[in-house]
Amino acid sequence: MKQRFAAERGGGFRVRLPADEREMLRSIPQQLRALLEDDLDAPDLRRLFPPAYEGDADLQAEYRSLTIDDLAERRREALRVVEETVDASHLTEEQLVAWLGVVNDVRLVLGTRLDVTEDSYLRPPPQDDPRFAQFALFSYMGFLEENIVEALASALPRTD
Amino acid sequence: MQPSTTTARTAPVEVERPTGDTRTVPDLPWLVIVWNDPINLMSYVTYVFQKLFGYSFAKASKLMLDVHHKGKAIVSSGSRERAEFDVSRLHAHGLWATMQRDT
Repeated sequence: MKQRFAAERGGGFRVRLPADEREMLRSIPQQLRALLEDDLDAPDLRRLFPPAYEGDADLQAEYRSLTIDDLAERRREALRVVEETVDASHLTEEQLVAWLGVVNDVRLVLGTRLDVTEDSYLRPPPQDDPRFAQFALFSYMGFLEENIVEALASALPRTD
Repeated sequence: MQPSTTTARTAPVEVERPTGDTRTVPDLPWLVIVWNDPINLMSYVTYVFQKLFGYSFAKASKLMLDVHHKGKAIVSSGSRERAEFDVSRLHAHGLWATMQRDT
């Protein structure tokens, strides 16, 4: 199986995805955007906007008010990048990092909804379970993310 | 200050007391902690540590494994401003990070 994402000599990354995976990615940004434009305090989003201070409500309220809009905007920007490049055969590092952010955000939201635990990977819901489709998407996003991380990590400057 | 125990005579002097901030919390650094979670991929967490902190793959992997096996790990420390900055970057990457004063 050809690598889905591969660092290229001149910079950037080559992208090879089957058509059905491109379609899946195409449908994601609008769904995430709807959540990000609705209520940022929604329980499904709690992993996207976690607390910085635990046990100090005042400091936490201050942190949240200072950071939440910027955090939400960064995520919306990443959604725009994926929408614009979903059919691309080449991505810059910045664009692939945006893909990574979107894929990870989807995993965080789905994982929260599905109440994923360490055991979930060993005992996924059966096909007749209403959560099956969401879990299948969650698993696929994990597979895609591993591929993206492998490509991006290969392009990190060596520090050792 | 420890009072003098000599018998040398000194004239009483008006002492100027500082009127600034009366908080005398010691200047201990703030710690940035990353907590284990069942969603994030180990490879992804390692990558984020390398990318955000410039850690080598070896160091980032070790930190990630500490998070995974011990439930949490200290990933950086510094001033409160620095810690908040690191926490917000980690949050932007979907990691569960908090900050607290060193003790």
